Amino acid sequence: MEALAKLSYLLAAVLFIFGLKRLSSPATARAGNLLAALGMLIAIVATLAFEGILTWRMILLGMIIGSAVGATFARFVEMTAMPQMVALLNGFGGGASALVAGAELLRAAQLGMLRPLNVAVTIPLSVLIGSVTFSGSLVAFGKLQEIVTGRAVTYPLQKMVNGALLAAILAASVWLVVDPHHPVPFLMLVAGALLLGVLSVIPIGGADMPVVISLLNSYSGIAAAMTGFVISNEGLIISGALVGASGLILTNIMCRAMNRSLANVLFGAFGAGAPAGELGPAGAVGDRAVRQVTVEDAAMLLGYARQVVVVPGYGLAVAQAQHEVRELAHLIEQRGGEVKYAIHPVAGRMPGHMNVLLAEADVPYDKLLDMDQINPEFPRTDVSLVIGANDVVNPAARNTPESPLYGMPILDVDKSQNVIVLKRSMRPGFAGVENELFYDAKTSMLFGDAKESVKKLIQEVGAL
Amino acid sequence: MAEELVGLLVIFVLAIFVGFEVIAKVPPTLHTPLMSGSNAISGITIIGALVVAGRGDARFATLLGLIAVIFAMINVVGGFMVTDRMLQMFKRTPREERR
Repeated sequence: MEALAKLSYLLAAVLFIFGLKRLSSPATARAGNLLAALGMLIAIVATLAFEGILTWRMILLGMIIGSAVGATFARFVEMTAMPQMVALLNGFGGGASALVAGAELLRAAQLGMLRPLNVAVTIPLSVLIGSVTFSGSLVAFGKLQEIVTGRAVTYPLQKMVNGALLAAILAASVWLVVDPHHPVPFLMLVAGALLLGVLSVIPIGGADMPVVISLLNSYSGIAAAMTGFVISNEGLIISGALVGASGLILTNIMCRAMNRSLANVLFGAFGAGAPAGELGPAGAVGDRAVRQVTVEDAAMLLGYARQVVVVPGYGLAVAQAQHEVRELAHLIEQRGGEVKYAIHPVAGRMPGHMNVLLAEADVPYDKLLDMDQINPEFPRTDVSLVIGANDVVNPAARNTPESPLYGMPILDVDKSQNVIVLKRSMRPGFAGVENELFYDAKTSMLFGDAKESVKKLIQEVGAL
Repeated sequence: MAEELVGLLVIFVLAIFVGFEVIAKVPPTLHTPLMSGSNAISGITIIGALVVAGRGDARFATLLGLIAVIFAMINVVGGFMVTDRMLQMFKRTPREERR
């Protein structure tokens, strides 16, 4: 029976790998996801059939409750809230892994079947990573949902506190090895890990959330793999490792896109001192002035352009303007122009978030171009329409070695013939850096709420 | 025991390499569905949850296992369903509009 169970887990892992492979193209991705889901179904059925389950009624009840909650979340979540959703799901995954490891410890202790290496290494690691994932994800969820402040929260002696906490966790683990039947070291371990999760996410600013979610995603996979070590299950180890690798790749991509090291994101408290008050449209620094444009003139530029590149940022998602942008693009296309979308890796609150929002607004995915694809196109672009993006189009990242943004890969919007920037005010972006692009001779600013501005543009372009 | 752990470690390390190879090919457009989908896969811990909750030989462990079952099922069902909901929105330009 055990052999049959293990073979089924292997089959599940193979289906996960095939499923992930199919995510390499939007055309096959949906089938890939279904394949992975099939793998999961096989794994669950095999467990129920071959692992000697006795408490049927309770287990089925638990599965029904969990499925109902998960399905409700999945069905009703707004696409703009996807980062919170993924953070929450990460948390549940990590929490489940920690609980399994904890339950295994309790059970083994009670039945006198403790295995020394398990107690010393795999159980503490599994509980630690799972609990950090759980509480860290809940804080990330709170920040994204704006229940907790999105600012980077800092306090004195931050590093010392974290260091002391790690030492306490280590001490609890050692105590656990010495006396595995005592409940206190285990509870200390859990409490310490939960606190560590909270304290390590709270000092990270809202716009660094793409990195944090990717990292927590990776943790949830590693937690599952560690639980696999605890209960000697290869299926958990393989699947957990796949997810761990996936999260690490995304973390790396996000860090590179911001030109910052992971250590800087985690400990740099970027965005702690971001200005609170809004500067008015005229609040430009120094004596430099920006050029404002009327809706009519902007519509004229867009209506007669051969190629328009839309550069969406998080401001577009906040204003929920993606449907209007699609409508505007449609009008321009009807007039013979071509419209493309330039997506910076950190546009939005999680990797690929902007693509999902635009896909929801029926923008075909072949028009969503990533940085490397679109940058060579800017010199032959008539109008770049920047909507709610700021730091990712700041030429200072290329030109000004003193700038904190210097070295960050950006969209070369300033190389296009004309730039129209839709923006609420002159308030600087997340990095708190003045944007050279706004003072460029080719740039004109259209101030106001993105959704309202685009609506007006639709009217004007339609009337041309 | 130590030998068994090392054997499992070998599997773990090799699987990470497989993960890197497969996932590096996922285009940026699909990174959000990749995260929610891989997240659902990490819900594989449901197997462990079912095993510890299912034995029923230690009461408190069974209770923890049951909570783990609920958590992991939320992760699995929510993850796969929301990924599917996202992926069905990704469409190509219709043929007649393409040049």
